Amino acid sequence: MGQGPDAGGDRRGNLPPLSLHVPEPPFRPGDPVDYSFLDIPPAGAAPRPDETCDPQETAPLCTGMIRVLDDDHRAVGPWDPRLDSETLRRMLRVMALTRAFDDRMYRGQRQGKTSFYMKCTGEEATSVASAFALDHDDMVFPSYRQQGILIARGYPIQEMINQIYSNRADKLKGRQLPIMYSSREHNFFTISGNLATQYPQAVGWAMASAIRGDTRIASAWIGEGSSAEGDAHAAFTFATVFNAPVVLNIVNNQWAISSFSGFAGAERATFASRATGYGIAGLRVDGNDALAVYAAARWAANRARANKGPTLIEHFTYRAEGHSTSDDPSQYRSAQEREEWPLGDPIMRLKRHLVAMGEWSVEAHRAMDAELVEQVKQATKEAEKNGVLGHGLHHPFHTMFEDVFEELPWHLQEQADQAMRERRIKWPDWKES
Amino acid sequence: MSEQLEEGPVTLAEAPVRRLNMIEAINEALDIMMERDDTVVAFGEDVGYFGGVFRATAGLQKKYGKARVFDTPINECAIIGAAVGMAAYGLRPVPEIQFADYIYPGYDQLVSEAARLRYRSAGEFTAPITVRSPFGGGIFGGQTHSQSPEALFTHVAGLKVVIPSTPHDAKGLLIAAIEDNDPVIFFEPKRIYNGPFGGYYDKPVEPWARHPASQVPEGYYSIPLGKAKVVQGGEALTVLAYGTMIHVASAVCAEKGVDAEIIDLRTLVPLDVETVQKSVEKTGKCLIVHEATRTGGYGAELSALVQEHCFYHLEKPIERVTGFDTPYPHSLEWAYFPGPVRIGEAIDRLLKD
Repeated sequence: MGQGPDAGGDRRGNLPPLSLHVPEPPFRPGDPVDYSFLDIPPAGAAPRPDETCDPQETAPLCTGMIRVLDDDHRAVGPWDPRLDSETLRRMLRVMALTRAFDDRMYRGQRQGKTSFYMKCTGEEATSVASAFALDHDDMVFPSYRQQGILIARGYPIQEMINQIYSNRADKLKGRQLPIMYSSREHNFFTISGNLATQYPQAVGWAMASAIRGDTRIASAWIGEGSSAEGDAHAAFTFATVFNAPVVLNIVNNQWAISSFSGFAGAERATFASRATGYGIAGLRVDGNDALAVYAAARWAANRARANKGPTLIEHFTYRAEGHSTSDDPSQYRSAQEREEWPLGDPIMRLKRHLVAMGEWSVEAHRAMDAELVEQVKQATKEAEKNGVLGHGLHHPFHTMFEDVFEELPWHLQEQADQAMRERRIKWPDWKES
Repeated sequence: MSEQLEEGPVTLAEAPVRRLNMIEAINEALDIMMERDDTVVAFGEDVGYFGGVFRATAGLQKKYGKARVFDTPINECAIIGAAVGMAAYGLRPVPEIQFADYIYPGYDQLVSEAARLRYRSAGEFTAPITVRSPFGGGIFGGQTHSQSPEALFTHVAGLKVVIPSTPHDAKGLLIAAIEDNDPVIFFEPKRIYNGPFGGYYDKPVEPWARHPASQVPEGYYSIPLGKAKVVQGGEALTVLAYGTMIHVASAVCAEKGVDAEIIDLRTLVPLDVETVQKSVEKTGKCLIVHEATRTGGYGAELSALVQEHCFYHLEKPIERVTGFDTPYPHSLEWAYFPGPVRIGEAIDRLLKD
């Protein structure tokens, strides 16, 4: 071992010793939760600058919060997107379907049908309302918690379940961890388990669209935790330098597994305010307010399409469940946080808004929920005909070696032969299906 | 036309031949591909207006415009990451990493992203990216401008690794790399950009013009990836090498009058194991030479393959000549470099009765 740290040493003069700050969240398990320290401005208060404004004009919006739905469930202020009730009902339905899907898949994992699952409970608006604000051919670069986008774009949930089960119908051939979807047809980029890598990729895609004189834009999502990755800053720099037509979303759900947002810098500044230093337009939005999320996403999309460059959107929300099925949040945060979260539940808020408008009812909502549960149940049943994880109904063996390269090189062919040989040694009667 | 030009699918067999150095050949390959395919874009640090610190992209921005050839911020993560996004869009990006030593901030984007797109999306998204990067030492570049990190990439499933050793091959291999639908790491041995280097740093630099492989046909031609080249036939021993070390090994063998069969691997992944096997079975002796550090180097893989494929033909233990397992030192560069003395010693061991 080399020399240890120079403890003690000669202190220069009478300078006080330095001390390291290690962030600590406001509440730990068992603590009573009081969110009165959060600065939540009233709905309708934030100004709405022109979509083509100078990025610096958005600086106040990076520290405030865009909110549309008020305490009486009315849509107020300049950010009200004035969506027709049919669109609002569709949005509500997709959000509710996303939640029903999450609940079923979570249980499926607990029943041993797959290895892993991640819910987005409480964050449905950040994906679904954003997706509604984009065109269908705009490219999205999601993180692992944007299943709502795929559902909003009409991807069959049965295909999602096939992927989650890694079964023989899985379009990704059982190669990816559950929920790491991909659908080129739905302009939904293949999800990576390595965090924030999609951010510079989205910028690159947007640059390519601009290089080709296209009209499509890109939109990417990361969590507040992974906004600490170098890739995020790489993306901000390229986005501003090349004025890329891209929307960069940071979903601030307060928790990155067990690390609260302070470990990504939230004690010092809002995530949206990073935009200011890069010369990027920035918006901070109530992520549990579907109308505010839609309005912000629409503003940013219009700006990008007008060749006015990137926008960073911070969605202020709360991760109501664990990080994944492998996580137990009761070990590190107070259970009261979820109950006390001052921005409510995005589905309930949109539902109450529609009810207040006279365009929806509690009964209709209950009926819809029952219908969605049944829809997910049926899709699950259908998917299970093609197998669940670990029960033998997977893609043919040889597919393990395909798609590493466009063509199979000799060394992979050799290894494929070996895998087949091993299989036959273990099960002499085995035949590749 | 010289013998060196007769192999490979040279589509313009009657094309006029000029003498080019390696930089000119690389520049010409980029020019041809940008002309033929408007989805090809080139970018990187100092790549645009200035044309690259080694001039590989000189003149291209003027010819193809700033939207296709441009400078970037100093951020290798974003250079590779943006290339992945561009590839997903449908472009064929050719980013330059100014020195291979700078590639590490982009490593995750190469290893976890570019190399995995096709596999993890079951073919929905691919990464036809060619990352060009000057590598290797012998230019007094110190430890941050001299490294040979090829083994860090040959170890990654989904990446191809290509290293040319002559202007003729550089052009044909770069064209093939750009046309390839998989991500390719294209390492350019910068010590031989301007002339083949025999390892004698104290002798005057020989220009490419006197070397037959500086004869480069005009126009389009490609050299298939995964095909090695027998630079020189021989019976006494087989030399496996690539890049600068082809020239160093050739010079040593010539000086010692050794009848060596020298194989330029050209592509490390996928490797042309057939050519290797055929030669070692004939000579029974194998010398592997690379400039990169020794432990876990590509030479270890070659050594294992030769042992697996040619064990009963081997008459002597396989010899591995490499750089030392230290950072590349500035003042003691030539003590580090696997030069004529180190190679000569290994040859002597192989040929001793």
